[in-house]
Amino acid sequence: MLPLEKLEKIAQPLRGRLERLGSTVTSHVWRLGFASRFLFYMVMHSGTALRRFRLTIAEVYFAGVLSLIIILVSGLFVGMVLALQGYETLQRFGASESLGVLVALSLVRELGPVVAGLLFASRAGSAITAEIGLMKATEQLSAMEMMAVDPVARVVAPRFWGGVISMPLLAALFSAMGIFGGYLVGVQLIGVDAGAFWSQMQAAVDLRNDIMNGVIKSAVFGVAVTWIAVFEGYDAPPTAEGVSRATTRTVVTSSLAILALDFVLTALMFTGGNAQ
Amino acid sequence: MQQASIVEIEGVWFGYDAARPVLRDINLAIPRGAVVGIMGQSGCGKTTLLRIIMAAHLPTRGSARVLGRPTQDLDREALYAMRRKMGMLFQFGALFTDLSVYENVAFPIREHGELPEELIRDLVMLKLQAVGLRGAAQLMPTELSGGMGRRVALARSIALDPQLILYDEPFTGLDPISFGVIVRLIRELNDSLGATSVIVTHDVQEALGVVDYAYFMAGGQVIAQGTPDEIRSSAEPFVNQFVNGKLEGPVPFHYPAPDYGADLELAAS
Repeated sequence: MLPLEKLEKIAQPLRGRLERLGSTVTSHVWRLGFASRFLFYMVMHSGTALRRFRLTIAEVYFAGVLSLIIILVSGLFVGMVLALQGYETLQRFGASESLGVLVALSLVRELGPVVAGLLFASRAGSAITAEIGLMKATEQLSAMEMMAVDPVARVVAPRFWGGVISMPLLAALFSAMGIFGGYLVGVQLIGVDAGAFWSQMQAAVDLRNDIMNGVIKSAVFGVAVTWIAVFEGYDAPPTAEGVSRATTRTVVTSSLAILALDFVLTALMFTGGNAQ
Repeated sequence: MQQASIVEIEGVWFGYDAARPVLRDINLAIPRGAVVGIMGQSGCGKTTLLRIIMAAHLPTRGSARVLGRPTQDLDREALYAMRRKMGMLFQFGALFTDLSVYENVAFPIREHGELPEELIRDLVMLKLQAVGLRGAAQLMPTELSGGMGRRVALARSIALDPQLILYDEPFTGLDPISFGVIVRLIRELNDSLGATSVIVTHDVQEALGVVDYAYFMAGGQVIAQGTPDEIRSSAEPFVNQFVNGKLEGPVPFHYPAPDYGADLELAAS
């Protein structure tokens, strides 16, 4: 056997693997580009969603109001657990009065936006994807196209803005409920002084550095989750399997996006001079 | 005839990928005011041709003139302006499931104008009366039978008084009564609105009862055309087999397969 042929035999499987890797990377980059163009097109065609604002308000109801129960109940329990765990650690250092600070900062800086974002992705994000995907599968979007109505402007954009508006409100309610849960366990159950709990919290939590940064985080998560949800729905193959896969992808991708974005935003917001 | 045609398809080729054309050199003209059928078996390219007419696809070669303008020249605004003059009945209705029957029919009217609510109500009731479902205005699409859903979709597609109505397989899955109702409505609405109708279907016998003229497609080409009587008496073997539902003819019963005996491994014994 000639050396060249030998080389060819060794190179063949390697080339196949490289080709597969290349095509996977290319298809992901292509999809990201397509999703970005879709976002741009949707924002540019948001006139209907903003002019006829009741379309967007209806989506705030579906994405936001209907998510309230899960957000409020989860917030309450997260706050209660935080107070239990926090008290255990703080009392060892004789700092149990700082429980209010610990609960409030953990919630407004991190847990509020992140956990509310994850819950929002699984409750509202999946519903948005499934709804748009099914509308596509049952030709409702094509029917709109045929009536000279742009489905992106009429169906997708109101859902996007509805989600973007809902998410920071839900995160704020999550944090508020969590602080209330922390108060119930810390003050009412364990017996931390109520005055110290609230006054230390008031002194340590800064409106701009903590609360505003938390709101910015939740707004960014809201854009990311809703963008992924509407894109996956619009791009879903028009079959039962296609819609089910798109729904799963929405939850997985937006959860990972939230965690990755949280790391980046935390690094930008709470390091160096900004840290309290 | 050419002057009065509302749709003119000239030498149109189209394929979803370049190697396999779905439509091959299609020529047809649809005269204003007529009910025209485009018939053939599943996969012959008739739905693709319908999508060419509604400008959802552009021909790869040839030209499609719809309502007097070549579809290749239309920008988004012109395309939407053209579609406002067209109505389309989808195979399974494609009703908006989150809206009531009333709101479904009102949808195109609301989207394309800011009419007073009273006028919208009158228009919707007029259209629902035309399809015999005024009494079902407040029902949701999930509460309708297949035939009723198709009629609501028909009312919605004529909401803007279109010049051209397209029907994609309008008879599929209907019971005989619903079927009779749809056939009568297609004819009545076409004549009362002064519209032109194009019916894409494989229910040949049924469609021949309602159309003025028919095109017969096979393998992406028009293989026969004429009035219903001419189609029924066509000598073309494919048309003859299709119209009369014969097992024998150019379309084989069996999908191409290896030898039956070999498949069952009977050859050795």
